[in-house]
Amino acid sequence: MTEKRLMSGNEAMAEAAIRAGCRCYFGYPITPQNEVTAYMARRMPEAGGVFIQSESELAAINMVLGASAAGCRSMTSSSSPGISLKQEGISYIAAMELPAVIANIMRGGPGLGNIAPSQSDYFQAVKGGGHGDYRQIVLGPSTVQELVDLTVCSFDLADEYRMPVVILGDGLLGQMMEPVSMPGMRHVEIKEEEWVLSGCRGRAPRLLRSLILDPGDLAAHNLHLQEKYRRVAAREVRFESVFTDDAELIVVAYGTPARVCRAAVAACREKGIRAGLIRPITLWPFPREEISRLASQASHILVVEMSHGQMVEDVLLSAEFRVPVSFFGKAGGLTFHIDEVIRKMEKTNQKSKIKNQKAKSKKQKHKSKP
Amino acid sequence: MKEKLIISGFGGQGSLLVGKLLTYAAMLDGRYVTFLPSYGAEVRGGTAYCNVIISDEEIASPTISIADTLIAMNLPSVVRFEPAVVQEGLIFINSSLIEYEPDRKDVRTVRIPATEIADGLGNIKVANMVMVGAYLAKKQILSRERVHEALGHLLPEHRRSLYEVNCGAIKEGYKLTNNQTPRNKMQDTRYEGQDTRNKIQTITNDQ
Repeated sequence: MTEKRLMSGNEAMAEAAIRAGCRCYFGYPITPQNEVTAYMARRMPEAGGVFIQSESELAAINMVLGASAAGCRSMTSSSSPGISLKQEGISYIAAMELPAVIANIMRGGPGLGNIAPSQSDYFQAVKGGGHGDYRQIVLGPSTVQELVDLTVCSFDLADEYRMPVVILGDGLLGQMMEPVSMPGMRHVEIKEEEWVLSGCRGRAPRLLRSLILDPGDLAAHNLHLQEKYRRVAAREVRFESVFTDDAELIVVAYGTPARVCRAAVAACREKGIRAGLIRPITLWPFPREEISRLASQASHILVVEMSHGQMVEDVLLSAEFRVPVSFFGKAGGLTFHIDEVIRKMEKTNQKSKIKNQKAKSKKQKHKSKP
Repeated sequence: MKEKLIISGFGGQGSLLVGKLLTYAAMLDGRYVTFLPSYGAEVRGGTAYCNVIISDEEIASPTISIADTLIAMNLPSVVRFEPAVVQEGLIFINSSLIEYEPDRKDVRTVRIPATEIADGLGNIKVANMVMVGAYLAKKQILSRERVHEALGHLLPEHRRSLYEVNCGAIKEGYKLTNNQTPRNKMQDTRYEGQDTRNKIQTITNDQ
């Protein structure tokens, strides 16, 4: 085992990116992810890479586009309002099929909101915050160690599928320090694939663009993208399940609230409630099949989010209304306390028990009538 | 074992460093540990605080709503976080800067004239380390050696020269608290008397 280091989520993510072969970072400061930019400013030149504090978020994302087009592993990071500004560039990156890693350390919104942790950018990340029919892989780490591991993974995914990958963390994860073990330094060459703009001396020029005027051509390009997204959806779903085998009450949570939910589930088990946790690690592609499977086994699903209900819609779609889905959320920067999650779980469990009993007695009445 | 600790003071008093130091020491001990600083508009002279959780089990949330222990470097810190301390919890007060005594009768208080002691050691900035020493003596969760080791890791190269004075301050805080309020006496006074004043352990610099 490598020696553990004490690092904040933001710094650990930056170091992990460099170790994954990221050699271009472009960013514009915003709390609560400033440490990424600060760390990169110091560390990237040491690693022989390029660090630029851009003049704006728009510039940063388009620099990522450019560096990626030239074959370099590149990354940008920001927090909610800054990520909104980057959406146009992300849409272009998706259209041009370029690999890119974008970290969003979410803060309270809407608007400028505040700097406290939040998960209210789920829709933006998962449903495609920019225009057009595109998808991006969205990863939701819940510990600093997982943030490190998923950062490394995000560069591989971006390269493999040539599409944007979003690391969706929240202010807590960015700011908190935890012991982490870092992966080794990887040497990643500048790409030499047939799409990379590497200078056309001695060969025919290449073209990367997102403007495809002919409707037939653009339709074909869209079909090609959709085929790719289906491939990703089939192969890249990741989630963690805790105590779900015999669970009647399934809690679904991602990111830092999932940590609290895990402890709450363990506490409820001790109280005799058969609770389990599904923690989506990829938010897109969403672990739809697993939740669908559990929907036929469980009697109730509870979704816990630091928003007023975003992922809950994906859970509802996955559960296909076969099982009641409750929601527990707060936004604006408030975080969850384990006791309130346990209370909510107990209440939900009680409700579903009463409902089941009613349903049972109703059935019996129907039976006895004729 | 699970220890939830809030450390708070003026920006510049080194509250966050105390948090990082204890976190690092706990990491060296192989424990689960999280450190969460207040972040954003913190400036020198403003209030800066952090949450540290040390545990033998995985830590759910890094935020603390009910703390086992509070280390308060200045008055606004006591006022703000006193209500967050659990019954029978411990409040470490930098009595050089804080004249206020907590209203609550269900918490234990340890008063350390940290700033004066630090001044006596020749560097007023190590008041935070005096508090660390007092904490280590009272709580016995981390050993002093571990904290010294952690300090060695945390101090950047150009601050190496400050290692000794920091360790000295930890030792001083430890000695004072350990000598003058033995643990068993503390435990004896835990449940007796209605008047908090009797329970408050006053530790003075003159021995």
